[in-house]
Amino acid sequence: MIDANRIIGDWIEPQSRILDLGCGDGTLLYDLTLRHKIHGYGLEIDPASINQCIANGINVIQQDLNAGLANFADNSFDTVLMTHTLQALRYPHLVLDEMLRIGQQCIVTFPNFGHWRTRGFLAFKGRMPVTKQLAYQWYDTPNIHFFTYKDFETLCAERGISIVNRTFIGGRASDLGLDKIWPNLFAHTAVYHLAK
Amino acid sequence: MAIDSHTNNTGTALNKSAVIFDAPLNLACGAVLSEYELVFETYGTLNPERTNSILICHALSGDHHAAGLDANGKVGWWDHYIGPGKAIDTNHFFVVCPNNIGSCFGSTGPSTTNLETGKPWGVDFPSLEVSDWVASQKQLMEHLEIDCWSAVIGGSLGGMQAMHWAVAHPQKLKHAVVIAASLKLSAQNIAFNEIARRAIESDINFKQGNFLDHQTSPIQGLALARMIGHMTYLSNDALGQKFGRLVRSGDIDGAEKELVEFEVSSYLNYQGDKFATRFDANSYILITKMLDYFDLAQNYQNNAVDAFKQAQCKFLVVAFSSDWRFSPSCSEEITDAIVSADKDVSYLRIESDQGHDSFLLPNEHYEKGLGQYLQRVAQTFSGAQS
Repeated sequence: MIDANRIIGDWIEPQSRILDLGCGDGTLLYDLTLRHKIHGYGLEIDPASINQCIANGINVIQQDLNAGLANFADNSFDTVLMTHTLQALRYPHLVLDEMLRIGQQCIVTFPNFGHWRTRGFLAFKGRMPVTKQLAYQWYDTPNIHFFTYKDFETLCAERGISIVNRTFIGGRASDLGLDKIWPNLFAHTAVYHLAK
Repeated sequence: MAIDSHTNNTGTALNKSAVIFDAPLNLACGAVLSEYELVFETYGTLNPERTNSILICHALSGDHHAAGLDANGKVGWWDHYIGPGKAIDTNHFFVVCPNNIGSCFGSTGPSTTNLETGKPWGVDFPSLEVSDWVASQKQLMEHLEIDCWSAVIGGSLGGMQAMHWAVAHPQKLKHAVVIAASLKLSAQNIAFNEIARRAIESDINFKQGNFLDHQTSPIQGLALARMIGHMTYLSNDALGQKFGRLVRSGDIDGAEKELVEFEVSSYLNYQGDKFATRFDANSYILITKMLDYFDLAQNYQNNAVDAFKQAQCKFLVVAFSSDWRFSPSCSEEITDAIVSADKDVSYLRIESDQGHDSFLLPNEHYEKGLGQYLQRVAQTFSGAQS
């Protein structure tokens, strides 16, 4: 099965300077540091996740992404990462612009709302989807934007963001190659490599 | 020379020592201290490799008694964080806390005797800067035969010392923990310090700083200075929760309102009076000026990033949400400069309603963050690398 962290590892330069927005417990940065000798910093707001990062020896900075990233200089990082956080931000499009200002390149991952399981939830159950990737009830979810990979690509085109590379992850559908043929139906996660 | 050594019911065994350095200390102001004494306490045991030491840097009114109970039964000012099993775990670390020169708890300062005159230094004690404290701590480090601190930790003015250590002596520490500090004081901060100094100097018993010669002390001025300072170290919310408009004596609903004493007034007067009896007025003036003068980037073309590029250590920066003397934005400025200098740093912005004093008080997130950071440090010399 394809693992988003491994894809990210292939898209970054070894020993590069990396900023991870919404780094959680620091697993990705830990992994990239171990395998690619990167120099990374993570931004996070959840105290428990921050303590986990510290316990893992990961540089973590307590900062709210919704409050802006003005403290980071233009082009001050080789890569700015954001995994499964875009859909939880107040203004995702502004954060994308900021990511491309701060980093030479960006990598984002997000849950694809076009996946058959989420479509099925809405179409057949008439309920908002609760899936492995979107594991919250509608009233207490941190995920406040729902979009498909097509929506994302439209946004990129509108804002002049170039897509260097993209990969879809579709769980068991990947084994059958279905996510390559019909990604908007069979990819639960999209991984994008972006540049200015 | 060990002065006293005992364990106590806070669980932290302390050793109190003093050392006299006869090598001259060249001060930033150009003056030379030909000889000086440092009083210090240590907690925990230095390992055979001498690699597990932590230096604790005290702030404006602090002293060497950071943890445990001293001979008078007084609990150390950072006892909640230093001790066996605590955030600064003395089961792993050998912790050293000196009383800095210029202060008034045993180390050479305005209230100790100037050997050249046989009288207390008083106002003649030379002006100091943070670099002088660090230089004297470095002498202590050599005296203890420690080649490299595993961490230098300090809050407020203590954090300024930790930063100075990092940029001025990069080979001499592995980690710097900078708590509720700033790269330099704001105009508002300097102003509060000036008000405190004016309060002291206005006391009739100050005698231009020569009060010891007159066997007196400007306790009213010093109490007032402390009352102003103390209020600025707390937050409005913390005061509101603790005291609100509670009345200690008199009847707020009665006719004789002039007899009313609010709880907060009583508390503040008590704090001021208590401080005035234990602190030296010249030390207060001297150390508040040290705070005013501090500017980490001064020797680096006023560029904090260039200053931090000198550092070889890793950093933990901590701020408290309700601290308005050394606000989170000050700590964020430090963090941003360290990130720009491409050095390792983690930053915690702790939710607390206790103002600047938060760095001394119990707080779960702060305790866990600091404790986990230092556990990680301990693994580097215990060989228990995760």
